[in-house]
Amino acid sequence: MARRRSFGDISYGFVIGGLATLAVLIIVTPVVVVLMTSFTEGRSLKFPPTGFSFGWYEQLFDASQSRQIHKAALNSLEVACFSTLFGVVLATLASLGLARDRHKMARVADNFFMSPLVLPGITFGLAALVYFSTLGFRPSLDLMIAGHLIVTMPFILRTTTASLSQLDPALLDSSRSLGASWFYTLRRVILPLIAPGIAAGAFLAFMASIDNVPVSLFLSNARTDTLPIRMWGMMEATLDVRVAAVSGVLIAAAFVLMLIMEWTVGLTHRMRD
Amino acid sequence: MTMTLAAASETGGGSLRRYLKLDAWQLALPLALAFAALFVAPLLLLVGVSFFNDDKITQPGFGSWIKFFGDPFNYKVIGDTLLLGVKTVCTTVLIGYPLALVYIDLPSRLQKVLIFIIVLPLLLSVVVRTFAWIVVLGREGMVNQVLQGIGIISEPLRLLQTELGLVISLTQIEMPLMLLPLISVMSRLDPNLRDASAALGASRWRTLFTVIVPLSMPGLVAGCLLVFASSTTAFISQTVIGGVRLIYLPLLIWQQSLVVYNWPLAAVISLSLVVSVLSVIAALSYMGRRSSGHLHG
Repeated sequence: MARRRSFGDISYGFVIGGLATLAVLIIVTPVVVVLMTSFTEGRSLKFPPTGFSFGWYEQLFDASQSRQIHKAALNSLEVACFSTLFGVVLATLASLGLARDRHKMARVADNFFMSPLVLPGITFGLAALVYFSTLGFRPSLDLMIAGHLIVTMPFILRTTTASLSQLDPALLDSSRSLGASWFYTLRRVILPLIAPGIAAGAFLAFMASIDNVPVSLFLSNARTDTLPIRMWGMMEATLDVRVAAVSGVLIAAAFVLMLIMEWTVGLTHRMRD
Repeated sequence: MTMTLAAASETGGGSLRRYLKLDAWQLALPLALAFAALFVAPLLLLVGVSFFNDDKITQPGFGSWIKFFGDPFNYKVIGDTLLLGVKTVCTTVLIGYPLALVYIDLPSRLQKVLIFIIVLPLLLSVVVRTFAWIVVLGREGMVNQVLQGIGIISEPLRLLQTELGLVISLTQIEMPLMLLPLISVMSRLDPNLRDASAALGASRWRTLFTVIVPLSMPGLVAGCLLVFASSTTAFISQTVIGGVRLIYLPLLIWQQSLVVYNWPLAAVISLSLVVSVLSVIAALSYMGRRSSGHLHG
């Protein structure tokens, strides 16, 4: 398209391009800097890092020196696995029931189930603490699984509902007219078609649980703390460089997981929709 | 409701369903029960606990509410908390919107790379991202080293434990929440509209403000809501980067509940946080609904 390039158009390119570059820099820089710092030889978080060594990673993976960090990481994994598992079952059932329902009540129910995403996490965390202590429970991983289930389930419900509403009704009609029972249709037609949606949601829920601070903050104690809570403690206390090494491991893990999810279920595409 | 499950049953294959008198919506019951027991009940109890005067939760009354709202300092904390959210929303829009504009013009191969760069920080733990900013903004951190290196400053700037540092950090930490809805809406815009606007002689700025911005309003509003809600309640970032001198509502909640063990007062503060955040969100989404989809000028 032939257009006169006016001053306005040139300034548009500069301003928009400049701000977008700034945005990419702000997004990427901290990740790069923390990775560089994790390989420092020194004992501080000084930039640029002095020397290059795997020393902090060796300390981090040493079973005797970093026992509490390992324990916290295992707690995080256990809570994330179970809360995601329960979340997948409950959210898939619920979206099978609600996704194609045109009633107003179904929309209300859907919004209600999504509401933990809007409610400040710290309020729900406090409510859960008050509730479970009133009922006489002591802090345990089971309570944390219950709390995480509520705040991570909406991710699964959202992606599953999205893939169910894109399902072609003609497929269900043909399955029915060929004599399939609803259970057979569910097992052989619906579930395979919505599986990528469920998987994408499960992945997001898993990551949200691993990352969760507000619920874990209230429901954990020294024995059951999760990785983010332990890292927070390390950051508040001494600024241990091992936090950089933990960050490095988490960055690498997120990177690999995301590549896998991108290849298998097209994660970024689902997050955009 | 009749589409998925009920439809198949008409052929007789749904004998189990008919036997159990199962309607499709009843599949949502397990989740509803879990929500009743683990979400609604705790929140109702929290509201109940807020109407007690003492930390032993023995004397019912409005004492905790009066105590919290009788202290002018707390109004300042509420104001600071909401203002922090507004500032973070402004900075994420200021640099996030241009990035989304650039994104929709990129060829699809580069779009994939860029979306990866945007989503990766979202999947990184907030604690990791917060920690990264400590390394970047610290006294011996990258920003100070670079600025001193090129001679702009002689003394290291104090960036940690300032609101400026906190807003910069939150801009990155919350950025994906702004970008994903924006990009989702903007990728669906008809490119012909921009071409038409240009062909009719509008400058690119004019096209931006009269065509693209109004049409992308739903994504912009959604992004603002998410960023606002998340930044006002970002406890870890607020305490670690803001330090003890910058006080926001989440810190007060944490102090009252886990340090002082005054649950009624903590309940009052956290309900105030919910009400103030949700009312700003409701106002924003109302304005968004009114202004979305209209082309001006």
